[in-house]
Amino acid sequence: MTIALDIALAHLTSRKRQTMVSLTGVVLGVAFFLAVSGLMRGSEVDFLKRLVDNSPHITVYGEARQGRVQPAQLRWPEGAVSVRNVRPLRETRGIRGWPQRLAAIEALPQLRAAPVLAEAAVLTFAGRQQGVQLSGVVPEKMRRATTIEEKMTEGSLDALAADPNGVIIGRGLVDKFSLRLGSTLNVLAADGSSRALRVVGIFRTGNAAFDEGQAFVLLKRAQALLGRENRVNRIIIQLDDAYAARHVAKGIEISTGYKSVSWIEASEDLLSLLLVRNIIMYSVVSAILVVAAFGIYNTISTIVLEKTRDIAIMKSMGFHASDLRRIFLLEGLIVGLLGSILGQLLGAALMQLVSRVEIRPPGVTEVVRLPMFWGVGQFAMACAFALAACIAAAWLPARRAGRLRPVEILRGAT
Amino acid sequence: MHAALEPLIRMEHVTRTLAGEVPVTLVRDIDLTIERGEFVCVMGPSGSGKSSLLYLLGLLDAPSDGRIWIDGQDTTALDDDQLTDFRLARLGYVFQFHFLLPEFSALDNVLLPIRKLGRLSEVEARARGAALLDRLGLGGHHDKRPSQLSGGQRQRVAIARALANDPLVILADEPTGNLDSTASNNVRDILRELTRADGMARKTVVAVTHDASFAVAADRRIGIVDGRIDPAWRPDMAASAAQVPKT
Repeated sequence: MTIALDIALAHLTSRKRQTMVSLTGVVLGVAFFLAVSGLMRGSEVDFLKRLVDNSPHITVYGEARQGRVQPAQLRWPEGAVSVRNVRPLRETRGIRGWPQRLAAIEALPQLRAAPVLAEAAVLTFAGRQQGVQLSGVVPEKMRRATTIEEKMTEGSLDALAADPNGVIIGRGLVDKFSLRLGSTLNVLAADGSSRALRVVGIFRTGNAAFDEGQAFVLLKRAQALLGRENRVNRIIIQLDDAYAARHVAKGIEISTGYKSVSWIEASEDLLSLLLVRNIIMYSVVSAILVVAAFGIYNTISTIVLEKTRDIAIMKSMGFHASDLRRIFLLEGLIVGLLGSILGQLLGAALMQLVSRVEIRPPGVTEVVRLPMFWGVGQFAMACAFALAACIAAAWLPARRAGRLRPVEILRGAT
Repeated sequence: MHAALEPLIRMEHVTRTLAGEVPVTLVRDIDLTIERGEFVCVMGPSGSGKSSLLYLLGLLDAPSDGRIWIDGQDTTALDDDQLTDFRLARLGYVFQFHFLLPEFSALDNVLLPIRKLGRLSEVEARARGAALLDRLGLGGHHDKRPSQLSGGQRQRVAIARALANDPLVILADEPTGNLDSTASNNVRDILRELTRADGMARKTVVAVTHDASFAVAADRRIGIVDGRIDPAWRPDMAASAAQVPKT
């Protein structure tokens, strides 16, 4: 092995210029791979973070995914007579026995859950009206299970916990109604009952529909107002690992029987779009490495051609075909390894540089930085791609070297 | 034990034909025995099949027909890998062109087969390589690259490399073909000395040559004409053959 390494290094160092050119190809390939994939993954992560953060990872709804099958249909699935106009039994809306179910969900590891009673209601203030989704929440559970606390610009969840008649509304609604902290507005439920509430908190998420159409009150207050004592109709869940949502949601749905929708399910169209985008991006950046691999193929092929006599003498001396293959594969591996290491350094520098670029999108006052994803996986993948490309490029010349028959070379030489 | 009683090399009815649209027979029906410690020269006109015979003896080529025993081993029974190992441990080659690896020093070139065989430690290997170079009069040149050595010195490095694993036989193909007369005589004397040494150090040398002054030093001269051993071949005929430039 050490002989093969010595010879491989000797070959590479004896052709410094060509080695440098192929090495540069790999270095640039790896660096661009990292910078481009880092940027693309960065924007993806940024996008997903917004998507994931602003909505619960899993929402358990107080309804079944599919309507119940009628008993008659279960008994006689192929029945000749069908009963029309059958209506399902009237069921109590909401999640039955929610405290037990919530406790069961909270017993699962690495998640936080919060019960919510959400219903449509109308807010009125000084003759103006706005339809909102009124959510009854438990502040301390809400704080752990959502990012709403981070979005508060004025007031806090604690203020809501302290004030049974408090309400938290979005910045959009505040601006529309010319409200401020401490203002009192009216809420009108679907059954006509109404109540005065005091603004104790204002949030801003950046999503206009949410900022105008969402209001939070205490769970007890919502239950009383909506006439649904001791009921909740949603449990929202946040996970440590957002990507486990699909799996966890499925488990919860099976154990509770209630429809559990993960954010992944809810935004399947966007995710498939991201997948396509990733495939395109990886094809393009891998193409750079494929081009670099041709440089290596060229170098090693030239070395094999130039060294036919050396190969012949080594084979006649007692080197096996596999020994010679190893020499030239090692040359590819050395260029690949060195290229990967240098490429990672250059790539990291490039990523650092790109992430410092500040842009100001038209119509937005905030300065935005290009999102950059620093994942070990990217670095590992760039390395793996580069090494695979280098070894594949070295394989053909190496095989040719292994197959050389010394006697044919010697016959030609003398 | 039978190996010691047998001749070192025995060829029986060896024929080598290159397949093709028009098959070319390189050597035909060769019967030959070479004893231990012999210095044998193979001579003949260009294209007569001398080198082909040497490649067959050196197990670089396989006969189309017939068998070759070396050191009691029927080499036609060995597969490619076994032949390679056999060459590494028991055969040494010297070619017309030195074929040293240009990136390595003289010593490293000599060390190559020793390290490949792997029987000696790195320290032992270096000591052996250095001793071989010293013995061939290359004392101060261990660390020089082939390009820094003269033709005669390079050929001596090649001989040292051929001797590296203490082979049974040295096979030389026109070892003096590219050297001036002084260097030629030097190389010839070295090869001859190898066949005169005592005990384990005594080697058998089979050399292909055009050079009559080289051939006079041999114990036996074998003439090859048109791929067959020609008993009527005389060394003085080599002088005229030597005039013909090799292609």
